[in-house]
Amino acid sequence: MKVLVPVKRVIDYNVKVRVKSDQTGVDLANVKMSMNPFDEIAVEEAVRLKEAGIASEIVAVSIGPEKAQDQLRQALAMGADRAILIKTDETVEPLAVAKLLKAVAEEEKPQLVICGKQAIDDDCNQTGQMLAALLGWAQGTFASKVEKDGDKLNVTREIDGGLQTVSLALPAVVTTDLRLNEPRYASLPNIMKAKKKPLDVKEPSTFGVDIAPRLKVLKVTEPPKRQGGAKVASVAELVGKLKEAGVI
Amino acid sequence: MAVLVIADHNNETLSDATGKTVSAAQKIGGDVDILVAGAGCRSVAEAAAKISGVRKVLLVEAPHYEHRLAEPFAALIVSLADGYDALLKTATTTGKNVMPRVAALLDVMQISEIIDVVSPDTFVRPIYAGNAIETVQSSDKKKVITVRATAFKAAGEDGAAPIEEAPAASDPGLSSFVKEELTKSERPELTAAKIVISGGRALGSYENFEKYIFPVADKLGAAVGASRAAVDAGYVPNDYQVGQTGKVVAPELYIAVGISGAIQHLAGMKDSKVIVAINKDEEAPIFQIADYGLVGDLFKIMPELEAAL
Repeated sequence: MKVLVPVKRVIDYNVKVRVKSDQTGVDLANVKMSMNPFDEIAVEEAVRLKEAGIASEIVAVSIGPEKAQDQLRQALAMGADRAILIKTDETVEPLAVAKLLKAVAEEEKPQLVICGKQAIDDDCNQTGQMLAALLGWAQGTFASKVEKDGDKLNVTREIDGGLQTVSLALPAVVTTDLRLNEPRYASLPNIMKAKKKPLDVKEPSTFGVDIAPRLKVLKVTEPPKRQGGAKVASVAELVGKLKEAGVI
Repeated sequence: MAVLVIADHNNETLSDATGKTVSAAQKIGGDVDILVAGAGCRSVAEAAAKISGVRKVLLVEAPHYEHRLAEPFAALIVSLADGYDALLKTATTTGKNVMPRVAALLDVMQISEIIDVVSPDTFVRPIYAGNAIETVQSSDKKKVITVRATAFKAAGEDGAAPIEEAPAASDPGLSSFVKEELTKSERPELTAAKIVISGGRALGSYENFEKYIFPVADKLGAAVGASRAAVDAGYVPNDYQVGQTGKVVAPELYIAVGISGAIQHLAGMKDSKVIVAINKDEEAPIFQIADYGLVGDLFKIMPELEAAL
């Protein structure tokens, strides 16, 4: 079966984000960018499905700036077969991303879409569920295990307090949680090979969907600063302070 | 103006967070109704009816709502959406699973994990794991919202709202429940715990988590977490991970043991009310945000702490 894997270019998870002084957003200039960590897990899962003989072809797709080609090349180096960039410098909200991905899915006809459960920039946690809704497909979110079972897909989900396993009719959308797998590092030969794999660049306008934002960002601010830095000298003093604060 | 709050429950007990989501709904304004959907869950509806300031409780019972799978649950919420200006649900894993599906079916851009309500169309929410806070205004006619319950005070419990039965919607039949394995730990769940104690790479092994972290956790009734470094080193499973790529927690008390305080870890715990750091390196960045820092060898301090509690 064909697998579609959406990936997003985001600020690297190790970078300390800086809020712009004019409160219009977060400073993205000269900041290290990477593939969203949950999307790396999605690519890895697709590659493992291919190695297991279950997936036949993996198509990586990204909606973002020209530079998002770097993240698509990484997906290709990890084992995706080809890539599609829907190029835009605008902010595209999850609902609009889901509409674009729906259009891609209708063209590509995958049996499975695997994406990260959320992007670590906007923390929305919506795209996979929205895509499943728009396509009328089943969804298996926050997956820690994915198993093909005849014409169904068994997905074990990380839920509050434990795990839940659901059986999904195919085609379906799966979103990844941390425990699903550990993404591989692309080897140098595979990075070289990835440069020759096909990468199509498309314009959002060619899909004929409404991607205008529904949310207006009025301001972005720093979170309240913590007044930390106090030290205690002993365990006894610590326990005393905690009792005073009423937390134990 | 009317708001529908979709209750969180397990068919037996209403979650405490539902009362907090009701108070977020009351901040939006208008009549607040609660939807309780499940199987054999009348007792949950009765508990929901006691929440103060609720107009009515809608009870929908059908076998296909027993596990609140996203596909039938979303279809039900959409079928009830007509009379409401906003649909709210706590940002639990169930809320995060079903609400974006509802939003897309209604052609609405969801507002995720709000921490404050500025006005009926303007909300505050954390981005970048809480390292920045954005205020957004929605132009959608109907609002679909998930609520970070820890940011709101629970509504009172002196209400007596009527319970009204509502018809089930049909099951789209796309998915089925196979099984559930709930963690049997006596310890509370990480994101719901009042106290969290986390270990870092300095612990060195799972055995040391068992020996130095678990006993203190059990004395405090605390949940146990870990830094990404401790998870990457294989000391504890990934579901222990607190941080930007793990779980975001905001307990009353957070105790960081042998954790240096990498940005990605701080993102997951810095909204805790009181933070304690225990680390032998007095330059560790964790001390800058800790309310109480104790410099020293955790292997000596932790047994002392256990004895002192």
